[in-house]
Amino acid sequence: MKELTFGMLLAVFEEMFGPLLFWLMVAAAALITLAFVYVVIRDRSLESTRLVRAELLAPVGAIAAILFVQFITNSGFKDIGGPIDVIALILIGVAGAVGLTFLAYVAQAVLGGKAKRTG
Amino acid sequence: MFDTIQSGLIDRRKFLAFAAGSTALVAAAPAARAAKVKTSARIVILGAGAAGTALANRLVDRLDGARITLVDPRKQHLYQPGFTLIAAGLKPASYSVSDTGHWLPGGIDWIQEAAAEIDPEAKKVVTSGGRTLEYDYLVVAAGLSLDYGAIEGMSLDLIGTNGIGSVYAGPDYAAKTWQEMDRFTDKGGVALFTRPATEMKCAGAPLKYTFLTDDYAVRKGTRGKTKIVYAAHAKALFSVPIVNEKVRMLFGERGFDVVHDHVMTAIDSGRKIATFNTPDGPKEIGYDFTNVIPPMKAPDVVRNSPLPWTTGPWSDQGWVEVDRHSMRHVRYPEVFAVGDIAGVPKGKTAASVKWQVPVVEEQLVAQIEGKTSDARYDGYTSCPLITRVGRAMLIEFDYKDNLTPSFPGVIAPLEELWVSWLMKEIALKATYNAMLRGRA
Repeated sequence: MKELTFGMLLAVFEEMFGPLLFWLMVAAAALITLAFVYVVIRDRSLESTRLVRAELLAPVGAIAAILFVQFITNSGFKDIGGPIDVIALILIGVAGAVGLTFLAYVAQAVLGGKAKRTG
Repeated sequence: MFDTIQSGLIDRRKFLAFAAGSTALVAAAPAARAAKVKTSARIVILGAGAAGTALANRLVDRLDGARITLVDPRKQHLYQPGFTLIAAGLKPASYSVSDTGHWLPGGIDWIQEAAAEIDPEAKKVVTSGGRTLEYDYLVVAAGLSLDYGAIEGMSLDLIGTNGIGSVYAGPDYAAKTWQEMDRFTDKGGVALFTRPATEMKCAGAPLKYTFLTDDYAVRKGTRGKTKIVYAAHAKALFSVPIVNEKVRMLFGERGFDVVHDHVMTAIDSGRKIATFNTPDGPKEIGYDFTNVIPPMKAPDVVRNSPLPWTTGPWSDQGWVEVDRHSMRHVRYPEVFAVGDIAGVPKGKTAASVKWQVPVVEEQLVAQIEGKTSDARYDGYTSCPLITRVGRAMLIEFDYKDNLTPSFPGVIAPLEELWVSWLMKEIALKATYNAMLRGRA
């Protein structure tokens, strides 16, 4: 009870999003991860052009994540009150940036086909 | 009110595991639960609120063959930590309402009647429908009663009229309170805030609503035409000294007028005047808006039973006389109390429930097995003390008035923070619901 358990965490997330949406999100994340692993194995490397293009979207993902959290809550930038608030804001931004970068790389790799090896 | 999992329901270990990511969480997966305890014990739980529901779900998982009976006529479950958000115009009244039956486990009997009589000598409960329920173990989770009748001139139908609000009365009344507060902050005037001299649900809630009213007046540009008066029932604003000092400073910074040793005894809604008992005799304070908080006491069925404290400061309020650590009745060892009805000197909040329920579960299951348990409730409770829309202080403390921050060094308990607000607005209800299901 006083310890964090995986089951307890799942229970809270299921209540937060609803079981259907939560497990759909988990499935989507798993699929994207699998797709990433697949294209890396298929191409035998990370393709630099795709990676740079994907990374260009990182700021978009960061800003979108931060604005999304503020949209779904009754709060805004003026409510940042202490160092932990700034850290939380940065972590939310990083999550959005990494997530969109990852997704963009996979999308390019899957939709664009196998990378041409120039080396 | 997590209101009070109100946030504090997530502890430090949870937070660290959150930060460590899913890998660490998977690594933290618990070992398989122990086999169920076989028993034919008859367990009666009075009340299907947060405490009764959470305990019923946990006992169903722990016991095999027990006959668990839940007695409560209420078809609606109320998420009470949400009342403040409703009364702040941030959530609709429906935010706090769900079906009681939705949360109850299979395999128990839910008798949709009120308890009418408790006889711990004969070990039986009589319901309002005349049914007699004999028990081996009784858990009293009957909540508390709002005693509006103790304030002369006050009645529920006044809420939402003539500047009278009352956040505690229920989700619809909380919504009406918001209508009055919204109207008031459009133009300004005198806002009067009070709290009763009895034990009460979430003692931070009156402070929160004072801060919220101030915040709306500031946002609407009417703060200059608004006077905020906080009438404290005692010499302090909050029972924990270090928190009291912080609140005192914040009240000073926000320009609130504070009077002490004022307990509301009457309200004249026509003249918009409240009357208070003070050490210097009755005093009147006029208002344009007020959040009436009634005295609180145990429900009559408990008050009229042999279970309450018979001596000490609570002998007139009816709270069940339990050991503050085991939650077991001091005179009837097969009786437990949990939640608001428990006569323990801290925290009638959902956060208290979250920490009391596992203790009662462990103590009860050990007793059924003929063993003893060292599970203890140390008085932990928490309050996300909202100081404006978008910021809160995550106050956690115990019987000793020690601050017990779940995230020491990370979330400062006496600092107004956005992350504390996020916990209140996003994580609290989910954690509360998980607690109801016996999963958190």
